[in-house]
Formats: sequence, C-alpha cells, structure tokens
Amino acid sequence: MNVIMPYVLPVLFALVIVALLPLLAGYIVLVERKVMADMQVRLGPMRVGPHGLLQPIADAVKLLLKEDIIPENADRLVFWGAPLISVTAAMLALAALPIGPFFQIADLNIGLLFILGVSSLGIFGIVLGGWASNSHYSLLGALRSAAQLVSYETSAGLAIVGALLLAGTLSTRGIVQAQSATGWWFIFVAPVGFFIYLVASIAETNRAPFDMPEAESELVAGYMTEYSGFRWALYFLAEYTNMIVVASIATTLFLGGWLRPFANTPLFNFLDYLPPLLMLGVAGYCFWRAPKQPVAVQKMFMVAVGLLCIALTLALAMPLAAPAGSLLASSKAGIHGAFWFLFKVAAYIYVFMWLRFTFPRYRFDQLMRLGWQFLVPLSIVNVMGMGLGLALHRQLNWPAAPALILGIVLTLAAGAYLLATGEKHEHPRVGEEEETSVDA
Amino acid sequence: MSGNLAQAYAPLLIHLLVALGLSAILLILSSLIGQHRPTREKMQPYECGITPVGDAREPFDVKFYLVAMVFILFDVEAVFLYPWAYVFRELRWFGFTEMLLYILILLAGYVYLWKKGALDWNPSKTQRDRQT
Repeated sequence: MNVIMPYVLPVLFALVIVALLPLLAGYIVLVERKVMADMQVRLGPMRVGPHGLLQPIADAVKLLLKEDIIPENADRLVFWGAPLISVTAAMLALAALPIGPFFQIADLNIGLLFILGVSSLGIFGIVLGGWASNSHYSLLGALRSAAQLVSYETSAGLAIVGALLLAGTLSTRGIVQAQSATGWWFIFVAPVGFFIYLVASIAETNRAPFDMPEAESELVAGYMTEYSGFRWALYFLAEYTNMIVVASIATTLFLGGWLRPFANTPLFNFLDYLPPLLMLGVAGYCFWRAPKQPVAVQKMFMVAVGLLCIALTLALAMPLAAPAGSLLASSKAGIHGAFWFLFKVAAYIYVFMWLRFTFPRYRFDQLMRLGWQFLVPLSIVNVMGMGLGLALHRQLNWPAAPALILGIVLTLAAGAYLLATGEKHEHPRVGEEEETSVDA
Repeated sequence: MSGNLAQAYAPLLIHLLVALGLSAILLILSSLIGQHRPTREKMQPYECGITPVGDAREPFDVKFYLVAMVFILFDVEAVFLYPWAYVFRELRWFGFTEMLLYILILLAGYVYLWKKGALDWNPSKTQRDRQT
C-alpha cells in the first residue's frame, strides 16, 4: 500500500490537468474572440449558447468530424508524430508548476530547468511538422518559427537568471516561498527581467505582434498549412497550452505565484473576501441575464453557469467561515492559492490579447534585430546589474533599496544606449550612408 | 536515494503517459468518426490554388544555420549562469567577480558577432559591400 500511495495524488492531478486543458484552451479562444470583438466594437460569437458560451464545444465537435488529410508527398510517420510532440511537450511543462501550494504534480528541485528544457522540445514538433508536410509554406513557416523561438529562448533564459539570483533556488515552489518570505514579488525587485520575459514569452508563443510563423498574409498558415482536422487542433492546443505555461512561469517567477496581494500585511486581509464575492457577482449576473435569453436552452445553460459560480463561491467562502483549526479552514491556503494563481495567469494572458489587438505585426528582420540586438544584450546586462545590486546588499550590507535601484538604473542606461545605437542603425542620417558606400 | 528520485520523477512519467494517451485517443476518435473522401487534388500540397511547383525540400538560406549556431553559444552560456545563480549567496565577492569576468568575455564575443554582421538579418548595403 505504501508503495502506491505517493502516486495516487499525482495521477489524479495529471488526469484533471490533462482533461481540463483542451476545455481551457477552447475557452481562452472564446475569450480572445470576445475581447477582440469588444476592442473592435462588435459582439463576437453570440449564436452558440448564451453569449457564445458553447462555441468551444461546437468547435471541438466540428474538428473531430473533419476529414483528416495527409498530403501524398508528406512523410507520413513524421507528419503523424509532430503534433503529438508539440502538445505533449507543452503539457509536460505544466507538471512542475505549482498551482497553489498543494496542487502540483511534481515538486522537482530543478523545476525551472526542467520546464525550460521540456518546453523547448516543442520546437521539434513545429520543425518536423513543417518539414514533413512537403509544402513550401510549411517549410518556410517552420524555419521562421524555429529561428524566432530559438532567438527569444536565449533572452527568456537570461531574464529568468535575475529572479533565480533573488530566490537562490530552482524549485518552483521554493521561488514562490522566497517571495513570500521577503514580502516583495520579484516583479518589483527585477522589473527589467520581467519586461524582457514578457516580450520574449509573446515571441515564444508565436503571438502577435510576433506571429511571423503564421503570418496569414505571407505564409498562409505557416508550419500548419497542410494540417487539417484534429491534427491541426493538436497544434492549436499546443499553442494555447504554451501560452498557459509561459503565463504560469511568469506568475511563479515574478508575480508571486499563489500569494495574495499584500499576503504578509494583516491590514489587507479583507482581500481574502474578494474571490468569493467576485464569483458571487458573476453568478448574480448570470441569473439576471438568464430570463433575457431568447431560447429556452440558453436560459437553462445560463442558470447552470450561475449555479456553477455559486458552487465556486461556496468552495472559496467555506474555508473563511469555518472555525480556525478545522480541516476546512486549513484548506484555505490551497483553494485560495489556486484562485490567485489562476487569476494572475488569466491577467497575464489578457495582456497577451491586449497587445495582439493593439500592435501591428513586426517584419521578420525587425523581429530578429529586436531579439538579438536589444533583448539579448539587455538581459546579459540585467544579470550583471542584479548581481551587482545583490552583492552590494549582501556583502557590503547596503540597504536593499538603493543597491537594487543602482543595478536597475545601470541596466536601464545600457538599454537606452542600445536603443540609441539601434535607432542610428535603422535610420542613418541623410548623407551618412552614401558617404560610406563611396568609401567602400 | 534512488527511491527518492523515482518518487520525484515518477509523477512526470505518469503525466507524460496521460498527455500522450489523451492526444492519441482524440486522434483515433477523429479518424474513426471523421469522413474520408480523398481525391487527387485534395492530397496535393497547398499552393494558393495552382499546381505545386517542384519539391518543397529545397535548400534554404544559410542564415537560419547561423542563428542556430549563435543560439547554441548563448543558450549554453545562459545555462551556465543557472548553477551560479543557485550558489550566488555562498560564493560572495568571489562568485560575483568570476561571473563578471565570464560575462565580459561573453560580451566581447557578442560585440565581435555584431560587428561581423552575424546578428543582422538584412545586412545594410554598406555591410554587404564590405563583405564582398
């Protein structure tokens, strides 16, 4: 019995996470379409279910029923396996991330290294899929994608070093605990690192404004041009899972993981009541809107969503109401931790969407220049700045604030210098370019 | 010790199997209930409606190899920084100066690459002239 017991919980968590991910990805797509519609003053999907709430289910059924085409010149085995590599790599990365202090599949002492390594494996799925399709668009898309992922992987990896310096551990749980101990989320201590990671993570998930691999107007659909039916859906799932993964990494490293805002200040304890009240508000809205739906099925579905929110409210409120010391009260850390973690992940993904609908797409050479000639040197300098600040603080007993601010200011100065040289490179003054070419 | 390792990594194996299993089940399900009506045109690679020209496995730009090489250099160096960050607190000034030297050497290589134009996707006209 003792041999099996330690594996029961991980199996349970794995099943829940893997089963929920497709649903979650589907609903992120719905939210994305709704946010896009809102920013473009439209309504977005409204037909399938109340406010389009059943759209993801309809899409999934449609994808299952679609014809699955493998082009005749394609390498069948690789074509078959490539999406599996992508989606499995993306899902495996989630295993080492702590969703709240209790929900974690595996707490590895090299957690962060494992996540970075495994999520890089997803590139194989993209390159192999693009190559196996034997189509010009796919190959070009795959090459671009590989070059882009690889370029931004470097700066993301270096940006993480800053947070590692502060935490002194690679365990994801340990990193959150370090933030809990100091009471400062690392975004406030290492803002430059967070900025670099934000930009790099958008590029790594192939999202606009860095969606070169799938630039519709140039490459049809990039590496997935030849994919159809559920194979395409697997790539799609991999992409959205990757979004959740990078958002979770950023949350764990910089945004305090499962910690509530102001977790160490008793003055802000009223924030504990925010999650149940939020859920109650959503439930109330559902009940208010339900009678106004045009079809009976939609009314029922709206009420069902409301009831689900009521259940969540109860789950979030019960640990608060239960007497201290009881089992229910001790589950508060787990349940509320999971809420705050998912809340921050959702906020990070919302920023992704916001940026997508705000900025035009970069050109490929601009993208490579931003990656290699701005973010990489900035992240290297950022590591030095953080190291200097921490060394001054720990070894010379400087107070933390001036030491770290000195590091940040030096990093920003280097960044400004890089921007200035980059600007000169892109827009040479009139005459300068001509002169040099005459010399040559 | 080996027991601890198994306990730490077995959940990952389980998760891997579950993830693979789900994707495989969905693929099999879609091939069972999806329709299959292949025609000659449908099986051709997509090329905006015209007949595909030649094989897609053509040689491609050497720049992609260059990016891959530069990536390996910098990513390996980034990974070297991880153990350093892990023991930064214990190494004190020694660790800091050592890493400063290491990063300065890294930066020297980086500046060399930049000046050589390895980081430029579209070299400007002057640089192209200089190279030829």
